[in-house]
Amino acid sequence: MDAILGQVHEVVAWAFALANEYDVSSLIEAGVFFLFAGLALLFACGVIFLRNVVHSALSLTATFICVACLYLSIGADFMGAVQILVYGGAVAVLIVMAIMLTRRDDMAHSNPSRGLLQHVAAAVVAGLFLLGMAAVAVLSPFQSAPLPLGDAAPGLADLMLTHYVLPFEVAAVLLLIAMIGAIVLAKGADER
Amino acid sequence: MELLNTMLENGVVSTLADELRNLLMLIFGNEVVAGFLMKCVGIGAILGIISVAAIVFTYGERKVCAFMQVRIGPNRVGGRFGLLQPIADMLKLMSKEDIIPEGCDRVVWALGPMLLFVPTALIYAFFPFDNGVALADVNVGIFLMLAISSQAVLPFLISGYASNSKYAFIGGMRTVAQMLSYEAPMVFSLLGVVMLSGSMRMCDIVNAQAEQFWFVLMQPIAFVVFVISATAETNRVPFDLVEGEAEIVAGPFAEYSGMRWALFFLAEYANLLSVSILTTVFFLGGWNGPFLPGVVWFGLKVLAMVFVFMWFRWTFPRTRIDQMLAFSWKVLLPLALANVLFTGVGIYARQWL
Repeated sequence: MDAILGQVHEVVAWAFALANEYDVSSLIEAGVFFLFAGLALLFACGVIFLRNVVHSALSLTATFICVACLYLSIGADFMGAVQILVYGGAVAVLIVMAIMLTRRDDMAHSNPSRGLLQHVAAAVVAGLFLLGMAAVAVLSPFQSAPLPLGDAAPGLADLMLTHYVLPFEVAAVLLLIAMIGAIVLAKGADER
Repeated sequence: MELLNTMLENGVVSTLADELRNLLMLIFGNEVVAGFLMKCVGIGAILGIISVAAIVFTYGERKVCAFMQVRIGPNRVGGRFGLLQPIADMLKLMSKEDIIPEGCDRVVWALGPMLLFVPTALIYAFFPFDNGVALADVNVGIFLMLAISSQAVLPFLISGYASNSKYAFIGGMRTVAQMLSYEAPMVFSLLGVVMLSGSMRMCDIVNAQAEQFWFVLMQPIAFVVFVISATAETNRVPFDLVEGEAEIVAGPFAEYSGMRWALFFLAEYANLLSVSILTTVFFLGGWNGPFLPGVVWFGLKVLAMVFVFMWFRWTFPRTRIDQMLAFSWKVLLPLALANVLFTGVGIYARQWL
C-alpha cells in the first residue's frame, strides 16, 4: 500500500516539476484569456454576418458574457457582475424586444447584407476606432493594476458619492427624464 | 468520537470535507490536486442536490396539492404512499418521442432548454449551505448571483420565439415583461439586508444575523416583497402567466416534448429550491439555530420555505398580466424603496444613540 502511494506521490511531484519548468500556470492564464477573447471575437463576427436579426442579438449577448468572463478571469468580480447584469441582461433583452416588436414575416433574412461601399465604409470606421483604442491602451499610464482588485464595490461607492457626485446625479436626472418621457409617450398613445 | 466532537464544533459538512481533503492529500500528496478534486466534488454535490430536489419536489408538490384539495395524491406506484411516482414519471419522460416542430428555428430551439439550466445551476455556487461551506464565497456574492440569475430571462424568450408558435411566442414575451419587472423590487428588497449586514458576501450576511436578529424581524417589509417577487421570478402560481394553461397552453415550452420538456421542469424546481435557499440565507438566519448541526437547520428552513411556496401555488388564483405588472411597479417597488430609505435612517439613528 505504502509503495503504491509512494509511486503516486512521485508521479504527481514529477508532473508538477515538469509543469513548473514549462511555466504552465501562466500558460493556463493565457489560454483562458485567448479562449474567451477568441469566443468574444467569434460571436462579434456572428453579430455582423448572421442573416437572422434574432441570431445576431443572441450572438451579441454571448459576446457580452465572454467579455464578462474576461473580467472575472482577472479577478474583477464587480466589473464582471456589472457587465453581465447591464449588458448581458438588460441591453440584450431590450434589443430582442425591439426586434420582436417589429417582427417581419420572414425572420430568416431580416439582417440583409448591404452593398460593397457600405462594407468598406464600415471597415474603415471600425479600423480607425480600433487604432484609436489601441493608441489609448498603449499610451495609458495604467499598464498594470495600481492596486489589487480585491473589493472594488466600497471604493467605487465612495468615489461616486463624494468626488464624482455631480456626474452621478446628472446621470440620475438624465435617466429620470428618459423615464418620464417614456411614460408620457405611452400615456399619450393610450388616450387617443 | 473525536470526529463527532469536531463535527459539533465545526459543522458536519466542513468536517467531512476536511476528512476528504486529508484523504486526497494522503493519496496524491499535493495541495493543488487535492484542491482541484475537492472543487469537482463540490460541483458534483451541487448537481446532485439539484437532481434530488427535482425528484423529491415533483412528488412533494403532488402530495401537498392533494393535501390542500382533500385528496390522497399518488398512491399506486411503490406502496401506499406512491413513493416511486417520480421514478415512473422520469421513465415516462425518457421514453417519449422527441418531436421537433415544423418551421422552428432549429438551433435556437434546441439551445433554449439547455441554456435555461446554466444560470439556474450556476448560482448554486454562491450559496452557503453551512458555516464556510460555499463553492465560491465571492465578496460581491449577492450582486454576482443576481446578475447571473437575471440571465434566465433570455432562454425563455428564445425558446418561445424559436418554437414558431403563437402561444409559445406570447409566453416568451410575457416572461420578459414579468421577470424584468419583478427583478427590480427583488433587488431593492435585498438592498436593506445588505445595508444592515454591511457586506455583499453571503456568509457575512448569515453571520450578521447570528449577531443581531434574523432579518425577517428587522426587515419584515423586505421579506414580504422578496417572497412575492421570488414567486414571480420562479413563474409559479399566482404569477404563472408565462405558462398559463388556460390561456396559452404551456407558454414557451408548449412545443417541447420528452426530455427537453423535462429540462424546463428541472430548471423550475431548481429555481424553487434556490429562491427558498435565498430566503433562508437573507431572512431566516441561514444555518444558525440551537442544538442541531448547522446544515440540518439550513435544510429544515429551506424545506419550510419550499412548503410555503407550494402552499401559495395551491391556494391563490392566477392573476391577470396587467394586474400583476401594476402590482410590481405601483406597490412592490415603492414599498421596497421606502424600506431602503427607512433602513438608512434607522442605521444612522442607531449610530447616534
